[in-house]
Amino acid sequence: MKFSEQWLREWVNPSIGSQDLMDQITMAGLEVDGFEPVAGEFSGVVVGEVLSVAPHPDADKLRVCQVSDGQQTVQVVCGAPNVRDGLKVPFAVVGAVLPGNFKIKKAKLRGQPSEGMLCSESELALSENHDGLMELPADAPVGQDVAEYLKLNDITIDVDLTPNRSDCLSIRGLAREVGVLNSLLASAPEIEPVEAVHSEVPDIRVQAPAGCPRYLGRILRNVNLQAETPLWMQEKLRRSGVRSIDAAVDVTNYVMLELGQPMHAFDREEIAGGIIVRMAAAGEKLVLLDGQEVELTPEILVIADHEKPVAIAGVMGGEHSGVGDKTRDLVLESAYFDPITLAGKARQFGLHTDASHRFERGVDYQLARDAMERATRLLMDIVGGEPGEIVEVVSEEHLPKPRVIDLREQRLASVLGLSIHRTTVEEILSRLGLHVDKLLKDGWRISVPSFRPDISIEEDLIEEVGRIYGYNNLPVTEPSGSLGLRARDEAVRPLSAIRNFFVAQGYQEAITYSFVDPKVQQLIDPEREGIALANPISADLSVMRTTLWSGLLKTVVHNQNRQQPRIRLFETGLRFENTGEGIDQQPMLAGVVVGNQVQENWVNGRRTADFFDVKGELESLFRVLGIEIQFLASQHPALHPGQTAQLLRDGEHVGWLGTLHPQVQKNLELNGTILMFELFLNSIVTGYVPNFKDISKFPEVRRDLAIIIGSEVAFAQVEHVAREHAGEHLTALRVFDVYEGENLGEGNRSLALSLFWQHPERTLNEDEVHSLFNGVIDALKEELGATLRS
Amino acid sequence: MDNLEQLVQDGLNAVEQADNLQALDHIRVEYLGKKGVITQQAKTLGKLSAEERPAAGQKINEAKGQVEQAINARRADLEKVAIEAKLASESIDVTLPGRGQDLGGLHPVTRTLQRIEDIFARAGYSVEQGPEIEDDYHNFEALNIPGHHPARAMHDTFYFNPGTLLRTHTSPVQIRTMEAGKPPFRMICPGRVYRCDSDMTHTPMFHQVEGLLIEKNVSFADLKSTVEEFLRVFFERDLKVRFRPSYFPFTEPSAEVDIEWGREPDGSIKWLEVMGCGMVHPKVFEHCGIDAEEYRGFAFGLGVERLAMLRYGVKDLRMFFENDLRFLRQFR
Repeated sequence: MKFSEQWLREWVNPSIGSQDLMDQITMAGLEVDGFEPVAGEFSGVVVGEVLSVAPHPDADKLRVCQVSDGQQTVQVVCGAPNVRDGLKVPFAVVGAVLPGNFKIKKAKLRGQPSEGMLCSESELALSENHDGLMELPADAPVGQDVAEYLKLNDITIDVDLTPNRSDCLSIRGLAREVGVLNSLLASAPEIEPVEAVHSEVPDIRVQAPAGCPRYLGRILRNVNLQAETPLWMQEKLRRSGVRSIDAAVDVTNYVMLELGQPMHAFDREEIAGGIIVRMAAAGEKLVLLDGQEVELTPEILVIADHEKPVAIAGVMGGEHSGVGDKTRDLVLESAYFDPITLAGKARQFGLHTDASHRFERGVDYQLARDAMERATRLLMDIVGGEPGEIVEVVSEEHLPKPRVIDLREQRLASVLGLSIHRTTVEEILSRLGLHVDKLLKDGWRISVPSFRPDISIEEDLIEEVGRIYGYNNLPVTEPSGSLGLRARDEAVRPLSAIRNFFVAQGYQEAITYSFVDPKVQQLIDPEREGIALANPISADLSVMRTTLWSGLLKTVVHNQNRQQPRIRLFETGLRFENTGEGIDQQPMLAGVVVGNQVQENWVNGRRTADFFDVKGELESLFRVLGIEIQFLASQHPALHPGQTAQLLRDGEHVGWLGTLHPQVQKNLELNGTILMFELFLNSIVTGYVPNFKDISKFPEVRRDLAIIIGSEVAFAQVEHVAREHAGEHLTALRVFDVYEGENLGEGNRSLALSLFWQHPERTLNEDEVHSLFNGVIDALKEELGATLRS
Repeated sequence: MDNLEQLVQDGLNAVEQADNLQALDHIRVEYLGKKGVITQQAKTLGKLSAEERPAAGQKINEAKGQVEQAINARRADLEKVAIEAKLASESIDVTLPGRGQDLGGLHPVTRTLQRIEDIFARAGYSVEQGPEIEDDYHNFEALNIPGHHPARAMHDTFYFNPGTLLRTHTSPVQIRTMEAGKPPFRMICPGRVYRCDSDMTHTPMFHQVEGLLIEKNVSFADLKSTVEEFLRVFFERDLKVRFRPSYFPFTEPSAEVDIEWGREPDGSIKWLEVMGCGMVHPKVFEHCGIDAEEYRGFAFGLGVERLAMLRYGVKDLRMFFENDLRFLRQFR
């Protein structure tokens, strides 16, 4: 909400400066977002009077004017279209300085001397308007300083109100608050009932009393809407960020800003029969004041006449029934609409109006009549007219109930952590307009005024007392609860350990959006459909990721486009899948690697990372976690069919490791061999708690062998067969050479293995080892067709 | 015996000329070995009288000693030269960079989250996690934000369907934790949150940490100390903190927390908003089945990116999610 400081000070005028005032209301919970002067900085501008206007002898568009500054008459050349005899305008005399340090000097325009300048609003930085000269009222005193005349020593303060403080969406409410903070009483304008001068009244029927518990209407006949809104009112509106339109609209806006009651004026001619407040019928249409045609639904509360809707209640009027120059009779509306009925309705039509903002947050339900009287009086002052009686339709049962709340002294003290003196509490409450009905043994019985819809429970009162007392005046103490020790499962490795592992392996952690581009994801994970957002921020962030690869590969593109050939990234986070039974949200760990395995160096640093580099890193991770993982040759749509491993733990699928499929790589415009892995975090974080076994004192025996075997036989099979026949005392099996060459014959390769045996309680003898070793060799020959390499 | 002196002289000359350890050893054998020319001189003793023998023997021993000493000295010299040569040949340029994997780094958001978690873990707070796709009840209703509440407009929620959404804060994790357990509670809930908003200062996804403490006797004053201490520990300085009344549907009283962050041009303190907090609203207790007369609690929430920006001087929020390596590497 924007307001003029001067306007506020007309109501309540604490003796503090502007900055202190703003700090004060900010610290009361009404956060000041900013402020700006209501005009630019200028000097030497007075009220001038144009005495005569003559054509310029050498320029069609310029006029030569005689202008009085109150002391003398000077000649001014002016090009504004609205310059005319008798006009009062801001006149920058010779020596004046306009905003932007623009100095006014004697000049000649097309040969004619000109002493000074007649100003538009934009030249004084009052507004953007530079259509013509700013026109001052005919009674403006010639010669008076314009800044003084317009009271421009003022600022517009922008206060960002929280949704509970609807009571401060008006000068009245802000003044009350400032009064509380400074122990001052805010003054309000006298509001006297306007006497009716005729008996015509609007026919008002409220068919939806829950949505509209109170509706007031009044007819104002024979108004002159060509009358100009007075400058003081225009200025107050302008300084509150509201554009002046015509007198009728300006007055309703003024009353809304002043008192907080949104109002509306209809053209009586356009209201067929009378006013009916009802819910809209499905399919009804209405063209709003902004020209937009909307289709209404039965949840929308409307103001209708006997034929059609004429306004969306509390949001915006219709174009058809709106007032204009030619309007003769007005029907004024002042109502209380139920916040819950109106909630979200403006938004539904893409609207957010000053009225809907206030009604959704709650307007003072006792304010409508005062506002009607105030608006009528102001209108009569400007546009004349003959007022009729007010018609008020009320449904008491649907109006908010008066609220009476008990505040317990003990509760107040224990929540705030401070026992505040009773008289201080009472003073704060009464300044806020919270009436102490009764002193209780342990507190107060408070009745809440109608302008504070946000206060309904004891905590609300505690907050008010704390807020006015000052949060920063409350004490600071340590929580006193005792601290128990927390259990932590040693076998479960913390996520930080996994992250640190990857960091040590040269990986940079990435955090990518959880919603991704469905087109990219379709390429990577075609078999699963990402859960789609109903209101995505953009098409490329519109479905939830089914794999962390979607975001990581996009990150690779981003970095490759920025000359980063070596990329090692990992990420942890949820992936989302609709399983049919519900949404599965699984924590994942994923990584991508492209470029050199180690940073290029002077020894051998140009080797591109391959499958086995990343596999080795994962194997190290699994040792860190204390888990056993099997790698099984498999297929995945995103991965190279010959370089894909499915990872299993005790037969359960825990993830994938592989090289990105060249076709997918091409489609994503990625360069280089890209290794990727993705693991289910929950399946790998639980390892074991170490359990010590005696160290064998007896020597370890090693035997090496080299076999030639078909290339289609996986090493895992060789290892499996060897282990099966190596007996229980085999301690390790390692492969130390893999060789393929012509001399081995087509489709063959050679594997060199070393086997290690050790017995916990004695030395293994030569014969035993020999027999086990031969058993392994025989089994490899028989079961896998291996031959010994000589 | 004149011969002996000559032999010694020859030996000493030979030793002097030996230019490697092998040659020196050869000389040793030639002169001092079992069949060495000086050793052989002992055979001449037999021809001497018993009176002459001791003196002659001593002379031979002296001759041997003389040559041996020379050999040892020469050996030491040669060995020293050899070691020096070996060391010289083995010298390397120690200023060349080392080999091996260079270090990666944590994302600055993770780094910040871990610091926050560490700080609160030391005060006995547990770290709780929860789903990111949430239902309306846990994200709004249970937190005293019913469907018509104007505060919903502040949340710019991403929806999947009317009842399912991306959580707009991590508070639903608190609700779920309270539903599953019994007070007292001390927890923080870190994680990703989502708001349908994207510009210079908003990203549609960001991180929050929300904290909750529920015990029998907790006050706003305890909240103040917790928040103030946290901010001082996090920023590692004794900064000024102020509490400004505000509004959140799930706390009451509610406050925004500002920290002192430099000076305004006019010399006054420049305040920066960094957190929100308050006393848990009775409605929230009611939704979680906790007796608001028996227990009280406070809650606080902060934006992780915002704290990371202040801590590390990052100017543009959006950089956190571009994952540009040149950005990420600065947080190693």
